[in-house]
Amino acid sequence: MNLLNKTLIELIKLIKTKEISSKEIFEYFIKRIKKYNKNLNSFITINENFIANNREFLYGLPISLKDNICTKNIRTTASSNVLKNFISPYNATIVEKILNSGGIILGKNNMDAWAHGSSTETSDFGPTKNPWDKTRSPGGSSGGCTAAVASYLCPAAIGTETAGSIRQPASWSGTVGMKPTYGRVSRYGIIAMGSSLDCPGPITSSVEDSALLLNIIGGIDKYDATSISPTPSNYLLEINNKKTFNIGIPEEYFENVDKEIIKNIEKAIQVLKSLGHKFTKIKLLHPKYAISVYTIIQRAEVSSNLSRYDGIRFANDRTFFGKEAKKRIMLGTYALSQGYYDKYYKKAQTVRSLIISDFNKVFKKVDLILAPTTPTTAFKLGEFEKYPFFGELMDILNEPSSIAGLPSISIPIGLTKSNLPIGMQIIGNYLNEESILNCANFFQKETNFFDIKKTLLKQYPD
Amino acid sequence: MKSYIPIIGLEIHVELNTKSKMFCQCEANYFNLEPNSNICPVCLGLPGALPVPNKKAIYYAQIIGKALGCKLTTQSKFDRKHYFYPDLPKGYQISQYDEPLAINGLSEISNKKYRITRVHLEEDTGKLIHKENKSLIDFNRSGVPLVEIVTEPDFHSSEEVKTFLEMLHLIIQQYLRVSNANMEQGSMRLEPNISLTNNINRLPDYKIELKNINSFRYVKKAIDYEIERQKKLLNENIKISFETRGYDENKNITFSQRVKEEAKDYRYFPEPDIPVMTFDTDYLNSIKIPELPNEKLKYLTNKYKIRESDAFLLIKSLKKVDFFENISKKITNYCKNNKIEFDYITYQKIVNFIVNSKEQEIESSLVFEKKIIDFLFPKKQNIGITQQIIKNVLNKNKKAVEDYNNGKENVLMYIIGQVLRELKTKQNVNEIKSLILNNLKQLQ
Repeated sequence: MNLLNKTLIELIKLIKTKEISSKEIFEYFIKRIKKYNKNLNSFITINENFIANNREFLYGLPISLKDNICTKNIRTTASSNVLKNFISPYNATIVEKILNSGGIILGKNNMDAWAHGSSTETSDFGPTKNPWDKTRSPGGSSGGCTAAVASYLCPAAIGTETAGSIRQPASWSGTVGMKPTYGRVSRYGIIAMGSSLDCPGPITSSVEDSALLLNIIGGIDKYDATSISPTPSNYLLEINNKKTFNIGIPEEYFENVDKEIIKNIEKAIQVLKSLGHKFTKIKLLHPKYAISVYTIIQRAEVSSNLSRYDGIRFANDRTFFGKEAKKRIMLGTYALSQGYYDKYYKKAQTVRSLIISDFNKVFKKVDLILAPTTPTTAFKLGEFEKYPFFGELMDILNEPSSIAGLPSISIPIGLTKSNLPIGMQIIGNYLNEESILNCANFFQKETNFFDIKKTLLKQYPD
Repeated sequence: MKSYIPIIGLEIHVELNTKSKMFCQCEANYFNLEPNSNICPVCLGLPGALPVPNKKAIYYAQIIGKALGCKLTTQSKFDRKHYFYPDLPKGYQISQYDEPLAINGLSEISNKKYRITRVHLEEDTGKLIHKENKSLIDFNRSGVPLVEIVTEPDFHSSEEVKTFLEMLHLIIQQYLRVSNANMEQGSMRLEPNISLTNNINRLPDYKIELKNINSFRYVKKAIDYEIERQKKLLNENIKISFETRGYDENKNITFSQRVKEEAKDYRYFPEPDIPVMTFDTDYLNSIKIPELPNEKLKYLTNKYKIRESDAFLLIKSLKKVDFFENISKKITNYCKNNKIEFDYITYQKIVNFIVNSKEQEIESSLVFEKKIIDFLFPKKQNIGITQQIIKNVLNKNKKAVEDYNNGKENVLMYIIGQVLRELKTKQNVNEIKSLILNNLKQLQ
């Protein structure tokens, strides 16, 4: 049977109608990983051990995880040599949820070490290559996840985002990447980067799959005090009930954005208009302010979160930290030092509140905000070393919404002339994932994302 | 020689006796457990683990705050306090920096008022064990809820400090029951800071902090030592600077641990894993605390007209207070029923009896009640028994009686001793003595 490019929802149908078994599907993906991972390096660890799991809702389908999500029995490295041989004695809450929903962990995806980066090049296990052009980066830090989903080495993956780490690589790799509201998905068992920002989310080929996975991993967790109590909706139901929205276009998010990207977004807007959505020009705080806020808060939290890696209770000692982690620890430590706290951290928190109230104001007028996901398409490998704040620049259009804890999805809207995928993001109000998914789902139904995935998978036959 | 006034402030750490630890489900009671058997990803600081605050511990800290006359804050948060030490698994301690649970208290003890700066909540660390050439870490204690109480520098003698701490211990252990406050096990740790001034209105420009003392006696000794040491330095015109010192209980000296130049920068910042806590005023007002020792003292002296010094001894044990109140009621009724005239002196007698008894005796309360009743109202047949015992003793000790009759009067003490031993119960010695003398007269 031809399984290539089948979504989770499609595979579930095949299992339910007994046309194929979950074991066969599992073996299919293992075979593909063995065939293509050597070139792409999107997996750090492969779990070849099939354990049948036919529970609702995944019926034994394989899911792969970014390698900062703790798994019992499968090593969790955060792509750092510090954790090279670390096996967590417990599963992250979302891993438990996936297992309880019939998922099987297929493997662990490469990432920027400790999620520090936007190109998956700071990994101590070597960079992941962009399946569209192996001389380019897939983006990051969840680049291993997006490369694996794009090249169909797994049907879906769970990544994590602090500011852009799901949406930006989704955009560069041509996949759907969903960053839920902060607190919507439990962080328990996710190796912390910027604790006040970290957010796990699905990386998939379709919006429906994204809704399905969010149904599974979302919800309050008694092990995460920052998880949010309102029970999430059944997103899979919500997204198929067609709605029209008032969508805001922030001019500030189109400055310095690649012309080809803008052109494709204009095309996408036409599609959305034809679906009945209304568009309004809006003003938001310039995203450049978010860079400063994000850089300070994230570095400060990183410097604190990495202090537990002393090599005493588990793992290797501090000498195994890479250059980027050391840089961030130094910067964060400085920003929190006596005399500098008020000047940096406290000020950043003040501006953070301004950014939040800026969004609040705008969401009184519009239901959704639409913008490019990234200012450029995928960079060449090695480029990141030329920019000291590479990640911050690549993620500039994701940082404001991350800082405000808002949900957002990045979806593919076409290819550049040189065949690189272009992403567009839809940002929603606090806890309003269903509107984002609804809007994106009907866009996909209308366009099938211009069939870009079919184009790519011609290079990756079974 | 100038005269100096000691200026002393206190920091006190109290481990709470909640069921579980501060941020995880492990047991808060870690005594006598196999090392590293009471641990989980959270208190071990494993990758990905997150703290979830213990509501009971927050409530206990608020109770302590209220008992110390503090204002409970409507908004409070946790902060990370960073330092590297092997017994601190996360590289930071979750503590409270600028928004503690309780602030600005005033506590009255022995008719003196002391200002309480703050009461906040934090987590305990693991324990280092040094064996031969190895250092081992036991994380059973890691994450146990710890309340820190900070006072203003309102103490001027080691005696004041000792009295205050003993009373605080009593309140926490017996009245609020929020901590076992076991001094030997280190569940209450004391850190006085001491400096000297010659002008009470001017605080000195330095202070010496004494770390982790776990006995009231040692606190007093350490402060006394420190006062003398500083006096000597100041008299020699030596400038004293900020310093942390330890106390060696064997040598009874303090010794330097850290000077200001090495002072740590803890890089405090709000704990992002725990949302800010808000409490509405109605809730804070609804937090009730039991009657505290001071009020108990006033109540007892007013109601029973007992001496304040005795009431003070009585309130040191709530068990004794309860027993006293119960028995007093029974005895008042007994007097009424038996038409015995009642006098407030009776209460005083009861208090004396209870205060001089051990707490264990009170535990078998029925036996103890009978003892008191026998003591207060010795019955006729009791005197009969006493007489019988005296006769027996005199019969057995013919030689002593002979000696007494021959003028060796100090033999009497020996006879009294023998009689008391046979009687087994407490008796009025003078009464016994006169009974014996009567018997001896009859034998002459």
